[in-house]
Amino acid sequence: MGMTITEKILAAHSDKETVEPGEFIDARVDRLMVHDGGWSTLGVFEQIGADRVWDRDRLVLCPDHSIPPNNISSANQIKDERDFARKHKITHFIEMGRGGIAHAVMVEEGLILPGELGIATDSHTCTYGGVGAFSAGTGSTDAAAVMALGTIWLKVPPSIKFVYHGRLPDGVYGKDLILYTIGQIGVDGARYQAMEFTGEAITALPMSGRFTMANMAIEAGAKNGIVPPDATTIGYANARADRSFTPYQSDPDARYAAVYEWDVSKLRPQVAFPFSPGNVRPIDDAGEVTIDQAFLGSCTNGWVDDLRVAANLLKGKKVNPNVRLLVIPATQKVYGEAMREGLLDILLEAGGAICTPNCGPCPGRHMGILGDNERCISTSNRNFVGRMGPRSSEVYLASPAVVAASAIKGRLASPEEVI
Amino acid sequence: MVITGKVWKFGDNIDTDRIAPGQYSTEATEVQAQHCLEGADPDFTKKAKPGDIIVAGKNFGCGSSRERAPQCIKDFGISAIVASYYSRIFTRSSINIGLPILECADAAEKINEGDTVEIDLDSGVIKDLTNGEVLMASQFPPFLQSLIQAGGLVNYTRKKLGKEPLAK
Ligand code: SF4
Repeated sequence: MGMTITEKILAAHSDKETVEPGEFIDARVDRLMVHDGGWSTLGVFEQIGADRVWDRDRLVLCPDHSIPPNNISSANQIKDERDFARKHKITHFIEMGRGGIAHAVMVEEGLILPGELGIATDSHTCTYGGVGAFSAGTGSTDAAAVMALGTIWLKVPPSIKFVYHGRLPDGVYGKDLILYTIGQIGVDGARYQAMEFTGEAITALPMSGRFTMANMAIEAGAKNGIVPPDATTIGYANARADRSFTPYQSDPDARYAAVYEWDVSKLRPQVAFPFSPGNVRPIDDAGEVTIDQAFLGSCTNGWVDDLRVAANLLKGKKVNPNVRLLVIPATQKVYGEAMREGLLDILLEAGGAICTPNCGPCPGRHMGILGDNERCISTSNRNFVGRMGPRSSEVYLASPAVVAASAIKGRLASPEEVI
Repeated sequence: MVITGKVWKFGDNIDTDRIAPGQYSTEATEVQAQHCLEGADPDFTKKAKPGDIIVAGKNFGCGSSRERAPQCIKDFGISAIVASYYSRIFTRSSINIGLPILECADAAEKINEGDTVEIDLDSGVIKDLTNGEVLMASQFPPFLQSLIQAGGLVNYTRKKLGKEPLAK
């Protein structure tokens, strides 16, 4: 019986020939990332009492939620991480100004490569599946145990295969695909399972779109999301790798708990309405929903491709007077590229507020929190009650194109309306 | 161990932003405990008392990996959660930090808010002392039981490193 890509990576990391869904394994971790949101990991590591971090080259400390710090407690949490990195001589402490949102930094800097196993103190760790790695989020205690041992217990997940037939129409992106998928299967439709994304539409997706899709696998309850590596992946990885890596593919006779096949050649832009990433409808059914803020950024859609899409629509236009547009490139590299390409000029001219790379208002901690009863259209991944501000505020999730169009119109709008 | 407490009920898909709102993320743990579940019920910590029990529907704890979510519930003093099922990370973290969580498909339907419930954490038997219903929680796989018995992941890891367990 064949294995899926997820099963193969887990088998390789637990020195087994084969693994079965449901099996508990002790897996070797190639990379552990801890951001400032996972700061309490350091205290748990002390409680565990290990003398040293298992491998100082394999731990990545990358503050991103509250950079630059917005209050004394976040400043101290980041300071603790910095001090820890110095004390333990951690190779990758990624200082603000040199990194950005940790998940984006991880893939952009080749800190995680195809076939590797990544763990991080963040639910969106599944992003690294975009390069064909196995990756899953954990809490701080799990991360502290990895810091001590270099291994983690995992239950091998069953896999669900998604086959997207056809080419996506213009103005429709990876974000629309994943929103559509979550809308179809529900927020626990892939609970504890691996989501494997395949098909013609995926082959045509740039890396940024693949990261967007893998990033939101958790919103369907999945353990990991993964795009089996192809020429696009290998090109991306080779440009960044400082070590050899092994790309895996699912066997033709691999077992799947379910297979979903959709023709997406006529897919429309999608929007997730409050208060669930599964509350999805096509933009055409959005109705008249006015907005106060438009947010372009986050680990889901803060890539240069995303800024390009938005800048194309906003070029020569102005953000609606009733709306503020917040633009936060995911990383310093994205920021630099967008600057050199003139994208930031376009966004500035349109009236956008451009902030330094960080998570921004996405988790409701920093930079752009909503006021009472305000509405935000956002390229991020969650729209739970109170996600970006008070309980009365609302978040709508969509692609950078829909966010840019909505920023111009002052209400939920489709990209065609502003071309 | 047998625990008894008053029940507070929650629905399906109670996410981590409702359990531990982002705005309190850098506050002291005692402060966070006083805001636990605020996003689902703003008055929860005013009504509930330490020792009480939460009964919820499907997918409790979905969303972010913040360990503050199970931690703030534990710090507030909730003695156990019974839900149809939990999100993956919430399950791991609760077991890791020693917050008793039980999976029981019928609990949300059979147990009412305000009932007094007795739970045998070892056998998984859940008795609603108010309406007489007796339910059975599903068993965790043996590996997770060994983790629970070790007192959570910190002690489990200490053991692997050849160190004495910390007192609970
Ligand atoms: S951008 Fe949002 S979802 Fe992504 S890591 Fe930051 S807080 Fe989490």
